[in-house]
Parts: sequence; C-alpha cells; structure tokens
Amino acid sequence: MSEQHNRLSVFKTYKLYVGGKFPRSESGRVYEVSDTKGNWLANAPLSSRKDARDAVVAARKAFGGWSGATAYNRGQVLYRVAEMLEGRREQFVREVADAEGLSKGKAAAVVDATIDRWVWYAGWTDKIAQVVGGANPVAGPYFNLSSPEPTGVVAVLAPQESSFLGLVSVVAPVIATGNTAVVVASERAPLPALSLGEVLATSDVPGGVVNVLSGRTAEIAAPLAAHQDVNAIDLAGADESLAKELEVAAADNLKRVLRPQPVDDWFATPGIDRMTAFLETKTVWHPTGALGASGSSY
Amino acid sequence: MPTTAPTAHALSDVTASDSSLRRFLHGLPGVDAVGLEARAAALGTRSIKTTAKAYAIDLAISMVDLTTLEGADTPGKVRALGAKAVHPDPTDRTTPATAAVCVYPDMVAVAKEAVAGSGVKVASVATAFPAGRAPLEVKLADVRAAVAAGADEIDMVIDRGAFLAGRYLKVYEEITAVKEACGTSARLKVIFETGELSTYDNIRRASWLGMLAGADFIKTSTGKVAVNATPANTLLMLEAVRDFRAATGVQVGVKPAGGIRTSKDAVKFLVLVNETAGEDWLDNHWFRFGASSLLNDLLMQRQKLATGRYSGPDYVTVD
Amino acid sequence: MTIEKRSSAFEYAPAPESRAIVDIAPSYGLFIDGEFIEAADGKVFKTLSPSTEEVLSEVAQAGEADVERAVKAARKAFETWSALPGSERAKYLFRIARIVQERSRELAVLETLDNGKPIRETRDADLPLVAAHFFYYAGWADKLEHAGFGPHPRPLGVAGQVIPWNFPLLMLAWKIAPALATGNTVVLKPAETTPLSALFFADICRQAGLPKGVVNILPGYGDAGAALVAHPGVDKVAFTGSTAVGKEIARTVAGTRKKLTLELGGKGANIVFDDAPLDQAVEGIVNGIFFNQGQVCCAGSRLLVQESVHDELLDALKRRLGTLRLGDPLDKNTDIGAINSAEQLARITALAERGEAEGAERWSPACDLPESGYWFAPTLFTNVTQAHTIAREEIFGPVLSVLTFRTPDEAVAKANNTPYGLSAGIWTEKGSRILAVANKLRAGVVWSNTFNKFDPTSPFGGYKESGFGREGGRHGLEAYLDV
Repeated sequence: MSEQHNRLSVFKTYKLYVGGKFPRSESGRVYEVSDTKGNWLANAPLSSRKDARDAVVAARKAFGGWSGATAYNRGQVLYRVAEMLEGRREQFVREVADAEGLSKGKAAAVVDATIDRWVWYAGWTDKIAQVVGGANPVAGPYFNLSSPEPTGVVAVLAPQESSFLGLVSVVAPVIATGNTAVVVASERAPLPALSLGEVLATSDVPGGVVNVLSGRTAEIAAPLAAHQDVNAIDLAGADESLAKELEVAAADNLKRVLRPQPVDDWFATPGIDRMTAFLETKTVWHPTGALGASGSSY
Repeated sequence: MPTTAPTAHALSDVTASDSSLRRFLHGLPGVDAVGLEARAAALGTRSIKTTAKAYAIDLAISMVDLTTLEGADTPGKVRALGAKAVHPDPTDRTTPATAAVCVYPDMVAVAKEAVAGSGVKVASVATAFPAGRAPLEVKLADVRAAVAAGADEIDMVIDRGAFLAGRYLKVYEEITAVKEACGTSARLKVIFETGELSTYDNIRRASWLGMLAGADFIKTSTGKVAVNATPANTLLMLEAVRDFRAATGVQVGVKPAGGIRTSKDAVKFLVLVNETAGEDWLDNHWFRFGASSLLNDLLMQRQKLATGRYSGPDYVTVD
Repeated sequence: MTIEKRSSAFEYAPAPESRAIVDIAPSYGLFIDGEFIEAADGKVFKTLSPSTEEVLSEVAQAGEADVERAVKAARKAFETWSALPGSERAKYLFRIARIVQERSRELAVLETLDNGKPIRETRDADLPLVAAHFFYYAGWADKLEHAGFGPHPRPLGVAGQVIPWNFPLLMLAWKIAPALATGNTVVLKPAETTPLSALFFADICRQAGLPKGVVNILPGYGDAGAALVAHPGVDKVAFTGSTAVGKEIARTVAGTRKKLTLELGGKGANIVFDDAPLDQAVEGIVNGIFFNQGQVCCAGSRLLVQESVHDELLDALKRRLGTLRLGDPLDKNTDIGAINSAEQLARITALAERGEAEGAERWSPACDLPESGYWFAPTLFTNVTQAHTIAREEIFGPVLSVLTFRTPDEAVAKANNTPYGLSAGIWTEKGSRILAVANKLRAGVVWSNTFNKFDPTSPFGGYKESGFGREGGRHGLEAYLDV
C-alpha cells in the first residue's frame, strides 16, 4: 500500500441566504464563529444594514406568491423541508453539537425534535384558519366571515441560545401561515441557521420566503425594526434593552411586535401563539337575501 | 308636464325583439335586496309632524283609488263608494276628494254616474283581472268595454307567466295592444303583481318593460295575492320612473296597491316618493294608493289633527 | 277640493326629540372607586354642545394624581372581581345591558347633545349596539375556557382604556364589556369633548350594583390619557383614536409587560364596479362617508369608481346628496349633524381647502349651515388622484374623494396604496369578483355590497397603521386574556 496521509478536508464557506441566492455580505465583512470551547469553526458573513434592506426587498417580493399559495401547497413545501432536513441529519447533529456544546446524542435529540417541529407546522398550514377563523352570527341579513391572513414581512430575531430547534421554532410558524421572513441568526452560533438556508433552497420553498442573515443582532435588527416595509418583528433573540429599543423603533409604522418570552424548554409542544402573533383577522360582510317579510327577498 | 310618447323615446330600438329586450332588461343595474329594504326602512323612520302631517294626510286622501273588487259588488255598493270618494268626510267639506274609484268593468257605468261632475276619476281593472289568464282578444274586449262605459283609467295585469318564462316581447306587445285599446281617453296602469315576480331584479325589469310599452302608471299588485305593495317594491318602482324620465323625458306614475291600511304607512310611502322620485310625483296625477280601508284611517287622523282628540270608527263612514 | 301645491311640496316640519328626558347636572366629578369626586387639583373643564356651543356641564379634569388613585382602586378591585365566578360577572354585565336598554332614549339624547351627531344615529345605531355589546360579552364571562385560549385563560389585571369622541358610549362598550367579562378591572378616559355619556355610564354601574373600583372613569385631556397609559400599575392598554397618538402609546409601552391593542385611523376605499347594484351603491357610499359626519375611522372616504360608470354614478350620488338634511341633531329627520369640535372643524376645513388648492374639483349640495355651532356641508371632490393630500390623509369629516380605475387590478392597487388598512367596500353583482377582490384587499373589515355595518359578534380592527388587535367577537377576548 502506498503511504497514507490524512486527507485535507474541504471547508465550507458559509454564506447568507437572500432571495433564494447565497450572497456574501455586501459589506465584504466576516466574523469568526467558535464552538463553546472557543475553537474556531468557520467565518460567517457579518451582515450590514444594506444586507437587511436587500433581504426585506426579497421577502416583500416573495410575499404575494407565498401568501397566495394554497394552504395545502404550503404544507407540502414545509413537509418537503422536513424531508430534506432528515437527509442532512448528520450534518446538523455535528453543527448543533459544535454550536451548543452538546454531546452527539443530545445534539441528535435536538435535531430530531427540530425536524419533527417542521412536520408539526407543515400540518398546521391548512388548519389554522379553521381554528381561529369562522362565521360570525351577526344580528342582520348578512353573511359574515372572519379569516386569518398573514401580516406580511416578518423580521425574526432567532433565539441566541437554541441555534437550531429554537430557530426553527420561531421561523416555521411565521412562514406556515403565509408570511415571509427575514431571519437574523443567533449571533454566536449562526452556522445551523446558514445551513438551514441551504436546505430551504432545495426544498421547493420559493426564494425570498425565508432570508437568513448572520452577524451582530443589534446591528441588523435596528434597520429591520425601523423599516417601513416590514410588518412585524419577533424579538425572541433580543435582550431586554435591545428589545425595548427595537419595540420603540417598530412603533413608527406600528409593526406587530412579539416581545421576547422566556422559553425554558424548546422541546415542549408549542401552542398556536407564534402563528397568531403574525396573523391579521379579515372580516368580510355580504348581504344574504333579506329576511323575507316582503315577499321579494332575493 | 311631460307627456307619454312611447314610440318616440330614445330606447325604442330595444323593443325590436325578444332578445334585444332581454339584453336591455338584464343589463339594468341589479338590485341588492338587503340594501333596498334597508333604505326603505330608513326612510320609514322619517318623522312627519304637525303641518307636514296635515299636508301629507290631505295629499294621501287625494291620491286614493278607492277600490272595491269583489264578486259581491252591487250597484248599491258602488254608488256608496262613489259618494264616499266625492265627500270622504261628510262632516268636513274641506276634506279633499279621492283621486278615483276603482271597480270591475261591469260597474264602470254605475261608478261614472256616482261621481259625475266631481272630478273623481273612474278606474277599471281589466284584462281578465286578477290572473290575466285569458286570450288576448278577451282581454282587449274587457278593456274596450270598460273604456266604452266611460272608464278614465284602466288597470291591466301583465302576463306573469310569460314574464317569468322570459317572453318579454309577448308581455310588451300585450301592453301596447291594451294601450291602443285605451285610446286617448283612458290612462293605463300596468300591474306587475310584484308578489308573483318574486325578485327585485324582476320588478325593476318589469317596470322598464311596462314603461317602454307605454304605461302611464306602473302598479305593484292586484291586492289579490299574499304580498302586495311594500315600501321596498314601491321604492324600487319609484327609482325606475325617476330613471326612466331621466333617460327618455317621459314621466310615468306609480301606484302601490294592497296592504296599505294606516295613515302612518301612507305617509311613509309619500316620504319614499318625496325622497326618491321627487316632488314632481307628489300629485295624484303621478302617484296613487290602491286601497279601501286606508281612507278611513286617513280620515280619523285628519279629525285628530283638526280637533286634537283621537277619533274612532263610529265617526267615519263604513262605505 | 284640490290640494294647494307648496313651493317645496313636502317640507317636513321640525320633529325634535324631547330634551326633557335627560337631566344633565351642572357639574360632574371623576368616578373613582364607586364615588364621584373632584380632581385632586380641583381642575374642571366645560363640555359643549357642538350644534349650539351651549355649555352642557362642567366636568372634573383628571390629572396624574387622579390616575394614581383610579389605578389603585382598580388594582384593589381586581382581587375580588377576578376571583368572582364567571357566571356572577356575567350577571353584572347582563344587568348593565338591560339598564342601557331601559335608558337608551335618555342616553341617545345625551349623546346627541354632547357629540353633535343626529338622534337618528344615536337612537338607531349607537345605543342598540352598546346594549348588544354588553349582552354579547356578558355571555362570554362564564365560557372563557371554551373560547380557544387554553383551558384556564386568566385576566391581565387593570386595563387602561382611552377612547375617542366619535362614538363615545359605543367605544366605551367596546372597551369595557370584554374587559369586565374576562375579569379585568378598568380605568377609562373618555375624550375631553364628550365626557358625559361615560359619566352616565358610571351611574349605570352604580344602578347595576357593580362592585366599587371595577370601573373607574376619568374625564380629561391627553395628559391624563398619557399618564394612564404610562402608569406601571396598568397591565393592559387599549386605545382608539388617531394613528399619531397610537404610535406614541406604542413607544410608551415598549419594553413593558403591558398588552396593547390599538384601533386607529383609516382611509377606506369604497370600490364600485360597473356592474354594481347602483342605487344601493349610492346608499352605501352616502352611509360610508356621511354616517356620523364622516367622523368614523372606517369611513369609506375614498370612492374608487370604475371609469365606465363614473358619470352615471356621480349624477346619482349628487342627486342623493341633495336630499340629505343637515341641521339640529335632535331633529329626528336630520341626516347630518354637527362636527364635534371647533378644532375638528378647522382640520376638515383646512384639508378641504388643500384639496381645492391641489386642483381637485369641489362640490356640495345647496345647504344652509346654522349660524352657531360647528358645521360642514357634505362635500365631494372629483378629479382626485392618489397623489392628492385628500386621498392620502384621513380627513375625519364629511368629505369624499372620488377617484377612478379601469380594471380590478388597478382598483386593488389603489385601494391598498395607503399606510392604513382598516376598512374597504366592494360593489359588484359578480360573486367571484367580490371574493377575489376581498381576498386581495389589505383591510381588517371588508364590506361587500354594504358598508358601515357593525355587530358585537364581528371582529373589528385594522391592518398596517390602522392598528392591531381586534375588538368584537371571540377575537375580542384575546386582548384581555393572558394567553
């Protein structure tokens, strides 16, 4: 046998995911991402406010098609994401273990729960309207129906600690209901989020529906919170003082704001609150025939 | 006042065939039932008091086509009705006369004599009233007989069966034939029997069809079916005459008939006229009530306004 | 005997509703902890009848110290009120609903006097809806575990509520009924120009035997509202009013635990297609912009009419406007009452002048305005484009901007081309077009072939800068529950 040497591995260049493409930050900046012990893992793009702007444009562009798709179709697409994740399971176990300092076994449990969460939300797409909408028995000759509709472009600050399960737990409910998202990955552990972009790109999710940015949360979130074409913001990944600052900025165009809430256990079954937080209720009235006393009730 | 000139108006080409009529009638704006009834109800909340009420009651009395259309009608009954039409309140000679008495064709001569010299008109239902289910020749004979007996006005019924079957030209031609039989001496009221047309869209179409065919009046009903004049169907017909005049210059009258029994109701109808067709129609040449018991209620209200006391049925005549 | 024709054939004689049914005291206090009391600093303000400028009463003006007292009272009352079985809370609300019904004529007259809106509206719209709202939410009080917000939904605590002057008592009902049904207690600030019906409501609470401190009413100005919203003892803020103030409130509550719902401004599009039921569309347009003198957040203030039917519709609309009766709001035949305040009149006047200056064509029917009071004639602007100020800014008055469109896509694009998203109307006889257009409109309430319909079971609220949260229906419970 010939002399053996350790094969030099191929590093991955982590890139942003915006509008279905994988650009570098327009700023040309990157920052070092380390594991919990401080070992260098990779460089990640250090997004700028212009990257945030581009992501909002992409998300807005995608909103019409995604919100207009049938709920069944969205469910199929989200389920496809779960299928793709399953295929990349080993990769995510490694990335989550590195990102969160977990044993391989614990990281595997996290990844399994994450995939199962996609499946859970995939099933919600065509049920939420029946749960939160419905006919209203108004006191008059009118048909009156309330239906939930996606609010639009949602900025999502992913949780800082739970880099994958937490991430998916905040992103999936936003898009399941037809919103499009600009996601700011966990600042310290962005790699699972950036890899998720690769999964989404190969899962029939239309480009722009989810856009993933990495970098300094505060730096990227500020322009998103103030952006007049962003309809809502999930502050899950913001600390107390940043959250307040962003909520103040969000008032400029009255964004729907989901304040950061303590999550003890990302494994617990989520309720529907993360979906309803980014749903509008539209109520449509129409006359029925008249009540009939007149003989000409049509 | 504009005069009726049915063949000269701008819409004469739409009556060329069944299909052109259909295209035209079905091209009229639709009617939203709930909105129409809501508007009629809203106008019904107008509060008509004091001088306006006194005026409205006298106006309403002057618009009554005092009607008897019973198998049991006799000359005596018709004479009594005529007397009442001329002097509705024998105790108060300032009470206006009614517009007309309305009778079957065989009673026209009696009625004519009863109201002679008073200005009260004699209207006759004709055309195999109320069903209208007779051959055209029979209907025309019915009309000619009434006109020959001196009827000033003919109240015809349309062929609802033909209308509902979409044979608009047949309905149109029957009306024009009756109009011709009326000659120049009798004004023609066209009854749609709105309760049988079933939809407001149909009532609007029938209104235009009747007006295109030369109706001098369009009238809701015979009083012989379950649903007769309502505020909503009358409002709709008032919209139709308003729009028809705007389109052609020809003014057509409206007559709600059946089911209007109280002064309060009558005043509500006058409000509909005032706020829909406008004051040009607030005249018994252009608006009538087909009614019988309404008159006594109007008279009691009139007495109440004059004396300040509520009146009672013993103080108005039962004829 | 012939009838002499009058010059105007059928002029309705005045038909005023009797004012005697309502007894307005010369002065009113704040209602805190079940008592009417003076403001801590002794301040008072006058409330006027906008149709005559007559002073109706002098009302205590709440300040920061009063907010403190009221929140404290509400906090104390919360302990026992929230612990009551839902079925007991329900009965209090049913009592209130019934008393409102009994006193509805009195309250309608009062509201008309203080607000300037026609008695026809207070009698036929405001008061029936107030009673219906209390009835509706009364029934929810003992059924909350079935409302879809989990098995044990809990109240939030003290609700600080600030309401506008356009529907004083109805907005109070929209705020207080769901708050009490869900077990919260309330500090409510009515608008400074319309405090009276809220103070009469305080008396209704007393008649109903409502425990002290459950409802507290603080008449006052914006400073009292700001203090209430900012008070750390408030757990829930509900506001109906202008978008500018709504944004200020959103900033105030940022970073707190306070739950917030906002019902703000609008620039509703009323879209009329060429196959619309035209006579009903005309009524809907009139109702959409002249109901309550157009001082309605969901008013259909932009008429988008398909070009092919523009002239026909405008002729019909102008003819109809000629029949509107403006004048004494207590006259049962009045369609258009007074503008609520001199300030609001000035704003409407300025925006209308801006419309003219920017080249839109102004039209009003012949209309005599009374000499005293605040009045504005029903007004149409034609030749308006999306670029005109009067097509973009909420006028909150009887002013309709008429724009045209050619295709449904264009109609939808124009309708949505606003930062607001509260209401919209669609008029067409084609069912699929209604559904397609309704689907694309970014508005919380879409009225098709009707307009300005309200019901306690029907959720109401906006998209975008028209605010967030819904009032009414099952949805309206969420704002007052810890879900």
